[in-house]
Amino acid sequence: MSQHPATLTPMSVAILDYNAGNVTSVAHAVRRLGYEAEITHDHDTIRNADHVIFPGVGAAATCMSVVRERGLDIALKDAVDSGKPVFGICVGMQLLFDHSDEDGGVECLGLLPGRVRRFELDDPSLKVPHMGWNPVTFAEGEPIAKSLVDASDTACYFVHSYYCDPDPSVDVIATTDHGHPFCVGVRKDNLVALQCHPEKSGPVGMSILTAFLEGS
Amino acid sequence: MALLKRVIVCLDVRRGQVTKGIKFQGNVDLGDPVEYAVRYDEQGVDELVFYDITASAEDRNLFLDVVENVAASIRIPFSVGGGIDSLDTMRTVLLAGAEKVSLNSPAVRNPDLLGQGAAAFGAQCVVLGVDAKKVERTTEIPSGYEVVIQGGRTPTGKDVLQWVTEAEDRGAGEICLNAIDTDGVRDGYELELTRMVADAVRIPVIASGGGGEPEHLTEAVTTGGADAALVASMVHYGDYTVGEIKTAMAADGVAVRITA
Repeated sequence: MSQHPATLTPMSVAILDYNAGNVTSVAHAVRRLGYEAEITHDHDTIRNADHVIFPGVGAAATCMSVVRERGLDIALKDAVDSGKPVFGICVGMQLLFDHSDEDGGVECLGLLPGRVRRFELDDPSLKVPHMGWNPVTFAEGEPIAKSLVDASDTACYFVHSYYCDPDPSVDVIATTDHGHPFCVGVRKDNLVALQCHPEKSGPVGMSILTAFLEGS
Repeated sequence: MALLKRVIVCLDVRRGQVTKGIKFQGNVDLGDPVEYAVRYDEQGVDELVFYDITASAEDRNLFLDVVENVAASIRIPFSVGGGIDSLDTMRTVLLAGAEKVSLNSPAVRNPDLLGQGAAAFGAQCVVLGVDAKKVERTTEIPSGYEVVIQGGRTPTGKDVLQWVTEAEDRGAGEICLNAIDTDGVRDGYELELTRMVADAVRIPVIASGGGGEPEHLTEAVTTGGADAALVASMVHYGDYTVGEIKTAMAADGVAVRITA
């Protein structure tokens, strides 16, 4: 927790650094919203942060090996257990599950039951990666979508070739469609994760990040 | 629901300024790239492309400053083209905050760059820019469209269809297809070419060259089969806002992102 009143010191956000692509854009977005952002793999910094973001673009196997090498698997689990808001984005969502089919099969963090599968689409007009803007349907009452009042304006930016297939026990908070409906958001108490990139999703993305940083 | 059709704005940058080539007048500077980028983001553009048109060593640092300032200022993805001719230059602009890199002439000269870029950064990062010129159909160029480089000045003898499928196999994640003959004419995209390429590859295709009216973009993503349409002058001079273009496309039944 911060030593100073929140009115004097901006809340701090630790953005986990595991050499994943384009982490800077997450930091830019967080700073624009008036928060302090640090891209870090230092365990004390992560422990002292008010919020933790687990971002990323990259291949599962490489990402997981750097995550383990830096002990970020432990730091992330500690953050989740501490009760502070933790946000997984894109590969940062996928790695929360038990297993990914990417790179010939990768054992992931196992914080959520389920696996990550590759899109297998028969329709030649549907492309992989699933890249671009796709409207997202959020679960009713989901706090991270609390400011998205207009249901026709929920398109978010995606770039991925694999998608999360959670066990039925997991709370799915967001879905979209690419050949078939699939899960693009999950929540377990203080841990929330999205497949899209809120930092690249225009005003909709900013309102999602704001909701997270305000404690949702 | 499915992926929405994208509207992309292209900004040419010279010595740190947005610039536009005008017939018989050379280049005219229009203003600060960051201001333009923020304005188009607010108007609801889906993506931006920044093209370093000088790509000279002395202007390169100025251009990288622009890329960094843009990355800190906008809330949407953007790509960077011009002067991307090695893994190092790709890495530099990606680290500066670009989402993708666009390779045109350097990919023709060294096609291995596509695969190397895809292996290092992921195929979704690597856009192949193609300048296509209508020519007579020959056995060498059966599609009737030839790849040209250096802004259309130099023919390559490569068939456009053969080149885009080869590029896809090599690891390109997207094609930005610019029709040289209709570029800057603002009389509509080269729909036959766009459809031919869109049907030939399974990666997204951006139609470029010829956008002047909102219905041109609608045609590009319907008749042309493109995933996105790129515009420049039709928005730079204030003829249309991106919002007006997308509202008109939506009225034509195209699924686009409309922001409040």
